[in-house]
Amino acid sequence: MLREFTCIMCPQGCEISVDIEKDTIVGVSGNRCPKGKEYVTQEIVNPMRNIASSVLVTGGELPLASVRLTRPIPKNRIFDVMAEIRKVCLTAPVQAGDVVISDVLGLGSDVILTKTVE
Amino acid sequence: MRQADVVIIGGGPAGLAAAVELVHKGVTDILILEREKKLGGILRQCIHDGFGLTRFGETLSGPEYASRFIREVEELKIPYLTDTTVLEVTPDKKVYAASSQGFLTVQAKAVILAMGCRERTRGAISIPGTRPAGVYTAGVAQAYINLQNKMVGREVVILGSGDIGMIMARRMTLEGAHVLGVFEIQPYPSGLARNIEQCLHDYDIPLYLSHSVTEIRGTERLEAVVISEVDERMQPVPGTEKVYPCDTLILSVGLIPENELTWMAGAKEDPGTRGAAVDEHYQTTTPGIFAAGNVLHVHDLVDFVSLEAEALADAAARYIQKGSLPESGFAVKGDGMTGQLVPARISGQDDVTISFRVRRPVRNCTIRVSQGGRIIRELRKPKALPAEMIQIPVKAGQLEEKDLEVEVLC
Repeated sequence: MLREFTCIMCPQGCEISVDIEKDTIVGVSGNRCPKGKEYVTQEIVNPMRNIASSVLVTGGELPLASVRLTRPIPKNRIFDVMAEIRKVCLTAPVQAGDVVISDVLGLGSDVILTKTVE
Repeated sequence: MRQADVVIIGGGPAGLAAAVELVHKGVTDILILEREKKLGGILRQCIHDGFGLTRFGETLSGPEYASRFIREVEELKIPYLTDTTVLEVTPDKKVYAASSQGFLTVQAKAVILAMGCRERTRGAISIPGTRPAGVYTAGVAQAYINLQNKMVGREVVILGSGDIGMIMARRMTLEGAHVLGVFEIQPYPSGLARNIEQCLHDYDIPLYLSHSVTEIRGTERLEAVVISEVDERMQPVPGTEKVYPCDTLILSVGLIPENELTWMAGAKEDPGTRGAAVDEHYQTTTPGIFAAGNVLHVHDLVDFVSLEAEALADAAARYIQKGSLPESGFAVKGDGMTGQLVPARISGQDDVTISFRVRRPVRNCTIRVSQGGRIIRELRKPKALPAEMIQIPVKAGQLEEKDLEVEVLC
């Protein structure tokens, strides 16, 4: 069976064809770098995504500080992680790089701040 | 009157990268003027990741990408003023600005235009109907959600498949909104393929090509939009109208470089980009006035904005140190397929980076750069999309003092 993917690892967006026989990948074509093969392999087994959002900050120059994950999480857990992120409320000042939630939902990924709010 | 070697207008990715690179090249008498309260430009509200792969070799969010340059500006003690709006730039490089500190006049030796771009609005695309609340450009919705903690709506229609529109489709879905669909008037998407995948497909948001909003309904708040299919001339097809009840319409229908100051400075327009006509040094037709980043031509990736601004800064430093740059008397000519071609002219004596976008999607094409029939570079592309900016560097040693031709052969 041939499956088509658009790689999301970089802005080139390679169109990758994957030949699958009995749950085993027998051929990958269309990727311009090894990351493409890694991506489709992961995508077939368990798609992983990084997400970005914001957390509330009180007493700062902005009401929000942006966050992201240190590593991707399973795609089907995105909304569970969003619910955890939504519970957070910090007090300014906060620093970019600070860990807001360590090992969120036991998924092996930290939620970190990407913006300093003074 | 205050003096400075270089005044940089705009403290976004282009202005910041130019400032840091100028210092690295030995020019330290710089002043950055920024309209907002903070440096960073549009990156402050672009909290998604994917920035920096080319420039830094890792993927960062917008605020992180900006902070790398802001930190350098702070460490190098490059002077900047925020909350300062430039009102006028003259051809002899006087810069007039208004700020909370009062009126400011600076006589510069060189001026770097790094003002970025604005979004096209409902007025620019003339959608008929009433004028209710709930119609936003994608960037405005992004600022409300990501900077001010204000959710703009619940039932959302997005017009235009630009990258910001698709990124906002995902962002609003993550924040609990229901995005009914992204509607694109062209027969192909205007944003990157990866964003169709990770912003739309991941969240089951449908993308409709050759569709547009043909009516806006509602009195106080938006109540519905009417969507029609369009034909190959992008005219609505009668009988295809469908009503989509919604409270929010997000427009992601293109960006317009913010060039008012450019024209005041006496720079001539490039009819192809409708930005300033520049040479390979990013110098406009007014000597000592340079432009790079989205004010020159709309980029797909911020990494290329930074790299372009750094190349500009190298040339601007030469201009400051030597008093002039080589005369650029030779034209860069595209063909029917090359849109947004930069630069407009070259000297033939220095390295040049050619940038353009194809006017429509093509497969298996060859991009040829030549001078008077002599082929300098040929690049095969399995696919080329208008969403992507194509860049081709050419070394000075490969060039003659002649016009340069860029063709897309398919």
